[in-house]
Amino acid sequence: MIWWKRSSSSLLSVRGCRRFVDRLLGGAGLLSALLGASLVIWMLGFVLVESWPALQQIGPLRFLTDTAWYPTLGRFGMWPMVVATVVVTIGSVVVTTPVALGSAVYLRFYAPPVLAGLYRRVLWVLAGVPSVVYGWWGITALVPMIGRFSPFGFGHSLLAGVLVLSIMTLPLAALTVDTALGAVPRDYLAAAAALGLGRRAVAWQVAVPLAWRGVLAGVLLQTARAIGETMAVLMVCGNVVQLPVSLFAPVRLLTANIALEMGYATQLHRSALFVSGLWLLVLAAVLVWAAQRLERECT
Amino acid sequence: MNGRLSKGWWMSAGWDTAGTAFVWGCALAATLALAWLIGGVLSAGAGVISWEFLTSEPSDAGRAGGIGTILVATCWILAVASMTSLPVGIGAAVWLAECNRDGQLGRWVRGAVDLLAGVPSIVFGLFGNAFFCQFLGLGYSILSGGLTLAVMILPLLVRVSEQGLRAVPDQYRMAAAALGLSRTTTFLHVVLPQAVPALLAGFLLATARALSETAALIFTSGYVARMPRSLFDSGRAISVHVYDLVMHVPGGERRAAGAALVLVLLLLAIHSLTNLFARQWLSHVT
Repeated sequence: MIWWKRSSSSLLSVRGCRRFVDRLLGGAGLLSALLGASLVIWMLGFVLVESWPALQQIGPLRFLTDTAWYPTLGRFGMWPMVVATVVVTIGSVVVTTPVALGSAVYLRFYAPPVLAGLYRRVLWVLAGVPSVVYGWWGITALVPMIGRFSPFGFGHSLLAGVLVLSIMTLPLAALTVDTALGAVPRDYLAAAAALGLGRRAVAWQVAVPLAWRGVLAGVLLQTARAIGETMAVLMVCGNVVQLPVSLFAPVRLLTANIALEMGYATQLHRSALFVSGLWLLVLAAVLVWAAQRLERECT
Repeated sequence: MNGRLSKGWWMSAGWDTAGTAFVWGCALAATLALAWLIGGVLSAGAGVISWEFLTSEPSDAGRAGGIGTILVATCWILAVASMTSLPVGIGAAVWLAECNRDGQLGRWVRGAVDLLAGVPSIVFGLFGNAFFCQFLGLGYSILSGGLTLAVMILPLLVRVSEQGLRAVPDQYRMAAAALGLSRTTTFLHVVLPQAVPALLAGFLLATARALSETAALIFTSGYVARMPRSLFDSGRAISVHVYDLVMHVPGGERRAAGAALVLVLLLLAIHSLTNLFARQWLSHVT
């Protein structure tokens, strides 16, 4: 922006008061930008300060080596919840990624324009449904259905969490890949078609590999969303602290644990919850940051 | 390359059909999932909603009565969130789009805002509890909840507003500069009017995000379902109400479905409005 540089702006501001107003507006903008940018540091700082007592007195290792989670009795084993979080996240990513890819390819290469517009709206609405409504739906529709097949006789389970998370994270991933596919130069697609490649080959062997950054961004975004999701998994997973021994076993995830226990936790217990919050914060923020870098590169 | 492309098992017509079936199947599955979800909420909640349900106070822990006080508390929380994040968000967006487009500091600010966008909502709840409720001594209150949500929706607001401002063609700015207008005048009278639909769309998206949030509110604005008398009272947002009825109140499912339906309808209304503005914005710019 040439006209915004100081040299040319001094030509613009004929009178001093104009320059003053300009500076005032620019200063206010800078101030709010710095405030907005500093929030993430504030947040990291506060979560760190709150989790410091636990990190110091319990030590980071005991969260993984303690045999059980009885925080009021001084046993802080989060290992089962960490494993459950990882398993549910990986499960939902494995289920969602092919469907998201298929959806994006459908939107760009297969759907008639009217249906593509409608399907984009469907994805937007799915993305906008609040997680508590997904949780409500999971409890009333999905959990009873799983309960019929479950060897344990009830449906609150790892599987319910994976399925609900898969539907929740699909729209974000699909729309990200869709945008990336839209940014593939048309010349490449036309050249591929001119070489005699069919629609499937153009889509899956030319466009998708070219848009790999967007695909990766979609996967990272959905992973971050799945890791950080709280309400839906809190409502359908059953919340028993145990290693996930079967698909139908009830499990408790790290996020759900925070939501369940923050209300009454004090001292070291509260601090331990902040430690798990710190892990989630760092992991999800890094994933989303990387995804957004990739997204910017490909569009 | 030539040989690989012309002779492969994946080139057969059967695989073409399979590929077509797969992508149509994906689209169909997602559409059916949405239909199942919306249909479920509609069929369970439609019978509950009435004028009385929308205006009366919940009683018997929410098993009876309505969601009047819940809606009032929700509005207060949203008002606090948008009134505090709007000036900061728009200000930051203006600075990023007009003052420091490609500068190093601008890149840092954008990176920090992106990081904030990635923070899980439950961690916003932890932060809000530690900072607003305890450190600032606001306790479980509408103010704490609203401010927590303000922090949460800020990245969305900044990003959409910045995009909207950047979409205003540079020729306008150049022409204004050539006419001798100051930066402030250019911004207020040339750029801003063009970007208003985009800014409104961003504001509505942020409001929708705040309205659908639950996890960040449980430990900041709390559970109290009475009519809030001031911003320092605890107030129960509608999504927290749905959660509480489903999880903690046996026999609350019917009212929960009603509240969930109201929440979904509100969000759909906001999304349609956003679409309206977004379309207007696009027609403006292109």
